Amino acid sequence: MSSNRESPNQVRPNQERPNRLPTHTGTAIDFTFNGVALQGIAGDTLASALLANGVNVVGRSFKYGRPRGIFGHGAEEPNGIIQLGSGAGTVPNLKATQVELYQGLEASSVNGWPSVNFDVMGLVGAFGRLMPPGFYYKTFMYPKKLWMTYEHFIRKAAGLGATPVEADPDSYDKLNQHCDVLVVGAGPAGLVAAREAARTGARVIIADEQSEFGGSLLASKQSIDGLLATDWVASLATELKAYSNVQLLPRSTVFGYYDHNFLTILERRTDHLGLTSAHQVRQRIHRVRAAQVVLATGAFERPLVFAHNDIPGVMLASSVSTYVNRYGVAPGNKLVLFTTNDNAYQTALDWHQTGREVVAVIDTRADPSGDIVAAVKALGIDVIAGHGLIEAQGRKRVKRALIAPINKAGTEVSGAVRALDCDLIACSGGWSPAVHLSSHTGAKPIWDESIVGFRPGKSIQQERSAGACRGTFDLAGCLAEGASAGAVAASLSGYGEGNRQFPVCAVEEFAEQPQQALFLVPHTKSTSRAPSQFVDFQLDVSASAIELAVREGFESVEHVKRYTALGFGTDQGKLGNINGMAILANALEQSIAETGTTIFRPSYTPTTFGAIAGRDVNNLFDPERYTAMHRWHQERGAEFENVGQWKRPWFFPQQGETMQDAVNREGLAVRNSVGILDATTLGKIDIQGPDAAEFITRMYSNSYLKLAPGKCRYGVMLKEDGMIFDDGVCACLGENHYLMFTTTGGAAGVLAWLELWQQTEWPDLQVYFTSVTDHWTTATVTGPNARKVIAKVCSDIELSNENFAFMDWRDGTVAGVKARIFRISFTGELSYEVNVPAHYGRHVWEALMAAGEEFNITPYGTETMHVLRAEKGFIIVGQDTDGSMTPADMNMDWVVGKNKTFSFIGKRSLQRSDMLRQNRKQLVGLKTLQAETVLPEGAQIVFDDKQAIPMSMQGHVTSSYYSASLGHSIALAVVKGGHSRLGQIVHCPLADGRSIAAEIVSSVFYDPQGERHHV
Amino acid sequence: MLLIHCPHCQEHREEEEFSYGGEAHIVRPLEPEALNDQEWGDYLFFRTNSRGIHHEMWYHSVGCRRYFNATRNTVTYEILETYKTGTQPTITGAKL
Repeated sequence: MSSNRESPNQVRPNQERPNRLPTHTGTAIDFTFNGVALQGIAGDTLASALLANGVNVVGRSFKYGRPRGIFGHGAEEPNGIIQLGSGAGTVPNLKATQVELYQGLEASSVNGWPSVNFDVMGLVGAFGRLMPPGFYYKTFMYPKKLWMTYEHFIRKAAGLGATPVEADPDSYDKLNQHCDVLVVGAGPAGLVAAREAARTGARVIIADEQSEFGGSLLASKQSIDGLLATDWVASLATELKAYSNVQLLPRSTVFGYYDHNFLTILERRTDHLGLTSAHQVRQRIHRVRAAQVVLATGAFERPLVFAHNDIPGVMLASSVSTYVNRYGVAPGNKLVLFTTNDNAYQTALDWHQTGREVVAVIDTRADPSGDIVAAVKALGIDVIAGHGLIEAQGRKRVKRALIAPINKAGTEVSGAVRALDCDLIACSGGWSPAVHLSSHTGAKPIWDESIVGFRPGKSIQQERSAGACRGTFDLAGCLAEGASAGAVAASLSGYGEGNRQFPVCAVEEFAEQPQQALFLVPHTKSTSRAPSQFVDFQLDVSASAIELAVREGFESVEHVKRYTALGFGTDQGKLGNINGMAILANALEQSIAETGTTIFRPSYTPTTFGAIAGRDVNNLFDPERYTAMHRWHQERGAEFENVGQWKRPWFFPQQGETMQDAVNREGLAVRNSVGILDATTLGKIDIQGPDAAEFITRMYSNSYLKLAPGKCRYGVMLKEDGMIFDDGVCACLGENHYLMFTTTGGAAGVLAWLELWQQTEWPDLQVYFTSVTDHWTTATVTGPNARKVIAKVCSDIELSNENFAFMDWRDGTVAGVKARIFRISFTGELSYEVNVPAHYGRHVWEALMAAGEEFNITPYGTETMHVLRAEKGFIIVGQDTDGSMTPADMNMDWVVGKNKTFSFIGKRSLQRSDMLRQNRKQLVGLKTLQAETVLPEGAQIVFDDKQAIPMSMQGHVTSSYYSASLGHSIALAVVKGGHSRLGQIVHCPLADGRSIAAEIVSSVFYDPQGERHHV
Repeated sequence: MLLIHCPHCQEHREEEEFSYGGEAHIVRPLEPEALNDQEWGDYLFFRTNSRGIHHEMWYHSVGCRRYFNATRNTVTYEILETYKTGTQPTITGAKL
């Protein structure tokens, strides 16, 4: 039929579907592929519909740009990688074999620029010769500058799909589940496992990635218990549905098996209905904690590696049977079957039934004679034994197969080559158990010569494998193992009696002969000279590439994998890995068992980010915390800044103001009259108990033993390594009662830190901690007129400096609300921090604003707060410190209590030799020589800006602002040996080529004597 | 994701509720000033980093906010026991 040799671009809409078997009918479904209108029928996958329409080329290979066609029928498909739809809902890199057809589906190839049928990469066939294994490594190491050029070209030429650029229109969910027995896979073994477990009353979940249960039985012509396989599946599924303790999850892929029997399942709820689904959850992830797990994940058929085995029209034998039996599609006309085992002969029988021609069966074994072989011979089909199919020929479709006698070991061609005309080659090198999930648990797969494959390793978790994934390939064996596994799993989770004698399902049994282990089909030329014999189709890794890697000295399977990119595609080596390992083992002249296999890790198949994120997107991504005055700030047009989860006002711009304008105005208001800051977000920990003072003294660098009620003290908390971890004021509220203020971002960490030491090191100390951050609202009134403002709203506290001094606190009433007022200052001005129960916050704030009106009280945000504190040289932990700074580095030796009897946390470390080094980075002020120039924060500091690159970096700028009250820029920086460098000039070379000179000055720029806050 | 039994709550809970606290049974020296730099450095920085049986602290940070210890196999991630701070493990590397 001519259409098989035509390109899809020439397929006309609604033409006859050349490969659809007349016996197979159903509702017509219209879809497009690469813009061409085509038609499938209900029940099709995109792959089966494309094959029905005679579409040969579905994509181009990654490296060589070779035309590629559908090869498999499930998760192993390496070639049919497609982009689904367009716009916001578009999905890249789906496998055509796993996409269920729906009305109006639009798909296109992800590989093939500018089109799959005219591919510049294909024309430049020689380009492949320029890309041997290790190409990326070798090419991109030097010269580095060319990387951008290569990268651009390669991505464009071989890109793997496009991500949507708009927001995802769909919604996703996650749900947590528990069950007694989770059965993965609903093929024959999984179905009976679920049934046996269900019968015991255990809670069972059975998940399968396909749209319907049955697995391999969906394409089987065998009978079970006198029923056709598909009917048997239907009756069993009906039985399972009737159990209230069973949850059935079709279209659900178990993609990860994690510690302590935690498994994740991606359930696709609407993907088969359309690209997006406005009113339903598109996908959801089941997070399952299972008491016991039965893995019944089946096996992948192994392709045979022969020359040009990637030409469209070469497929897996089981895939050909699946398309014929399940989808009613015969993907060609003249079949050559190439096999190393009895099992694949079924494909010849299935093909024969379509009425199309079986040209020949090529069997590598000298004398195949099993039951099914005899059945094939009985139909008059030519079985050519002791031969290999050494090369396929054709360009966009197979035209002929070259066959030749091969020696018994399968290592060399031993006779004359002849050609067989055909347009379809079905190949089978045996079966590889899908050991992926058991491998996720850390169990190492074990090579078993008797099945020519890896079996699951010894169970580490509460799981067992059954059926083909355990290397049991015959149907009767699968059913028996499944039943046993289900019963044992249920029993171990507390249900039923466990393993017992099960009524064996009646199935036909075939006598089979052993398969031949053949991982590379010999050619008349050596591997390096023969046409490419592909191992990994998606990434164009050939047998010669693996041998070359070995010649270049690679021995470890993990290294060879990375060097050649074997198994790196979206199929993750499901087809090619075993052949690749075996070819590697052969090249290394060692056994496959010695060579080992790579480790499979989650995800089993690609999982969408949407499903992983679930509902945790947009404003549900992370909690947001607001203060009681948040609305007020919004009404005043505040810009906000995120501080941890808190939303804090950043600055309050007025009409026409820039940020700098606003910050200048706010800062001058504080210095000259009065400002007000929402300081609610500071962490607050209430500490009580008879040993509270002793405990606090052990945690802070200074002593609190003699702190009297009504007094506050500023302290620094160190980690045991002597580095500053948090800072803040601690107030004595009464006997054995303290209030500790922490930084906004450090609150949770400090509480955990206190609890750690109390619980694990000093449980004998009686002290209790309660976070009260959310219980209080704090308004800081600061500036020369602050006392006058407070006096208008508070009449029961004597506010004079003599009675209420700096670092005192008092109980009182503010605007009718019980309040605690702290005279502590982060601006260097006269300050009152007014704390009231949180829900009175806005009322008190507005009363303070009204009281301050005559003084033009000015609300200010965190930016002005930063400028004001930097003018005073007050550090911000986490901005001016970075976890490697001691109090001495910060010029804060005064905060370290030298005479404390207890060696407080971090004290001993301050005497370590490295802490005593003279050239540690130390906090200094920087004043740019040009007063208006503001240094960028993070700028590196050098002493000599004429030095050749790489320069000797001596420190960096930690805080930098323009100070309106001083009329010049200010910066804080850490400089090596900075405390002894006052007056020296340093330089900050910038990325744009400029270099800014600055003088090292004291870190206290404003009111160095500290007179203004003592008034 | 681990499933952890909190000996205070007497329940198995998801790992999401806990924070890891590092190696357990490291006692802070009573007289830090009596130690030389190397001895103090050993206390501060050096851990057994066991392959196999490991005793470690966990913090039920979004549960009861209590610290406790776990004996975990660092190869298989199996948690063999959990026990309260101040008590000793029943399973130790020496016994395996």
